[in-house]
Amino acid sequence: MSIASKYKGLSKYARTNIKTYGLVIILFAVLYPLSNAGLVSYSITGQLVPICTYIVMAISLNLTVGILGELSLGHAGFMSIGAFTGAILSASLQDKVGSDPVILLLAIIAGGILAGIAGCLIGIPVLRLSGDYLAIVTLAFGEIIKNIINCLYVGIDSKGLHINMKDAASLGMKGGRIILNGPQGAVGITKIASFTAGFILILFTLFIVINLIYSRSGRAITAIRDNRIAAESVGISITKYKLIAFITSAALAGMAGALYALNFSAVAAEKFNFNTSILILVFVVLGGMGNIFGTIIATALLYMLPELLRDVGDFRMLIYAILLIAVMLLTNSSKAKLILENAKLKLRSIFRKNNDGEVGSNG
Amino acid sequence: MDKMVPYPSGAIVPERDVDKRPVLETHHLGIDFGGLTAVDEFSLTVGKTEIAGLIGPNGAGKTTVFNLITNVYQPTRGTIMLNGKSTAGKNTSQVNRMGIARTFQNIRLFSNMSVLDNVKVGLHNSIKEGFFASVTHLLGYKKAEKIADARALELLDFFSMADLAEETAGSLPYGAQRRLEIVRALATNPSIILLDEPAAGMNPSETAELMENIRRIRDTFNIAVMLIEHDMNLVMNICEGICVLDHGKIIAKGTPDEIKSNPKVIEAYLGKKKEKEADGNA
Ligand SMILES: Nc1ncnc2c1ncn2[C@@H]1O[C@H](COP(=O)(O)OP(=O)(O)OP(=O)(O)O)[C@@H](O)[C@H]1O
Ligand SMILES: [Mg+2]
Repeated sequence: MSIASKYKGLSKYARTNIKTYGLVIILFAVLYPLSNAGLVSYSITGQLVPICTYIVMAISLNLTVGILGELSLGHAGFMSIGAFTGAILSASLQDKVGSDPVILLLAIIAGGILAGIAGCLIGIPVLRLSGDYLAIVTLAFGEIIKNIINCLYVGIDSKGLHINMKDAASLGMKGGRIILNGPQGAVGITKIASFTAGFILILFTLFIVINLIYSRSGRAITAIRDNRIAAESVGISITKYKLIAFITSAALAGMAGALYALNFSAVAAEKFNFNTSILILVFVVLGGMGNIFGTIIATALLYMLPELLRDVGDFRMLIYAILLIAVMLLTNSSKAKLILENAKLKLRSIFRKNNDGEVGSNG
Repeated sequence: MDKMVPYPSGAIVPERDVDKRPVLETHHLGIDFGGLTAVDEFSLTVGKTEIAGLIGPNGAGKTTVFNLITNVYQPTRGTIMLNGKSTAGKNTSQVNRMGIARTFQNIRLFSNMSVLDNVKVGLHNSIKEGFFASVTHLLGYKKAEKIADARALELLDFFSMADLAEETAGSLPYGAQRRLEIVRALATNPSIILLDEPAAGMNPSETAELMENIRRIRDTFNIAVMLIEHDMNLVMNICEGICVLDHGKIIAKGTPDEIKSNPKVIEAYLGKKKEKEADGNA
């Protein structure tokens, strides 16, 4: 039996796992030594952690948009909560915990928990309603979070954390240092995030999301998306499973946010604005609704694209936009789909011929 | 002395008789859509293992009755009792958990999911697998899924559909989709199953098989079946009690023979026919 036919015989879950984990592991195995040896340009090395976080963001958003079928326009808001939770926590643990990886882990967990709580607070009232309310509310949520953090001042001294919403001077600190400085955002962050940590976070996200899809809870979530009325008629509590999907998605975004923030020396709330939410949504739409594998590829490519187009200078956003529209037209037009299908069939028949040839020559 | 339990209709029964009550009772059920009274004064009882028919001309309000019984619509008036318990204030999914399952006039499957998964969604509330088992695929996940797979295949096999388990539900032929909807409803372990035009779009041989299946459902699962159907041959053959609805009101109730010879029923159906003929001539 050839490898291909063995692969075909596996369950859908096993195939998804092999394909997706395989892709991530191969990418890491190639990029890690290259970046360590300094063979990749600096502009790309600097993007490795952000790419990891955006992959986690896109996979988690796909859980809400693709698997649950609800539109969220404020995913960056959860990233923001995670980012600033992570920044504050890591700053306050810096002198108490010796090991950076432990601090990073705790920061990521805390970011996930707080973003999850925020997801819960939004989800409970909104997901009860049927309709596109979630889109509107998450849109507002993203803006509100941004504005709150923009006027939030947090400092730390020997007495502990000081929080204030007026200005840095009113924190009343004796010595110590400022962690969050209003519109400047988190400042003086110790960069403890690493490509390896990003890689592990992607694996963790895949583990949670793919397992969830192929489980009792996942079936309930997909059933709600496919046909809400039918799902209700077989005794599935709609609100509960919508909440499960949405909170999981928010928590993962919070974890990504913490990793993201700890990769820079300063991060402003403005970074997590509406444009970022839309950017992540674009990754999901182009990667394919509910398609985790496609999401990873789309995110990696589209995130790097502006970087690679740097040489084109002023025209790069124009080219970027044109490429986006082209992909969108390609993936949505039935004619293009037909052409792709035909190409696939042709490729398959060529492969089959080759395989037959091998069998013939063996015999 | 026995405790007394009030009927929604106002009568009082001793509690010892409560479990002898029929599986489903509706009392003076009614709903208005804006100014339109779609269903009114709908009172009906269905016995624990009865096959009951609900018939009537197009637009009579039959599907609306099903939507009321399953609380898809909240009734404007009246009460619904399932096994002696009121379903008032419950939502559709809670009503299902109380024991009412249904199929839909226009098929509502999870069309992107496999046939097996459709049935496993039906089994949702009998699978013991919490959220953490779901995301880790540990903590009893394997065992729960194994039991669910076995049960789902058993149910599919009951309708000779086990070999279709891996197919995508949406790609099945029409008849098989209707059967799958019934299997999915049965998977929820109901005490009554409501079938909305199960024979619609079926050819005579498929219809004959369906009739056999409906009897087998009742006999094997020991549950009640209530069905809406325009195929009079099917209704007259398998229903023990029939209720005729016209313009939202019950115009007759009885055995198939009583219904066949009821002048009101004949008028409701023939009257429609005459109107149609007149339209055709015009
Ligand atoms: N949600 C609703 N809003 C307003 N009117 C409704 C609604 N649902 C049903 N109706 C009206 O109630 C009446 C009964 O409709 P219903 O679908 O119950 O008929 P039916 O007996 O099932 O007909 P058919 O045999 O064609 O399926 C119709 O006049 C319909 O327009
Ligand atoms: Mg109807």
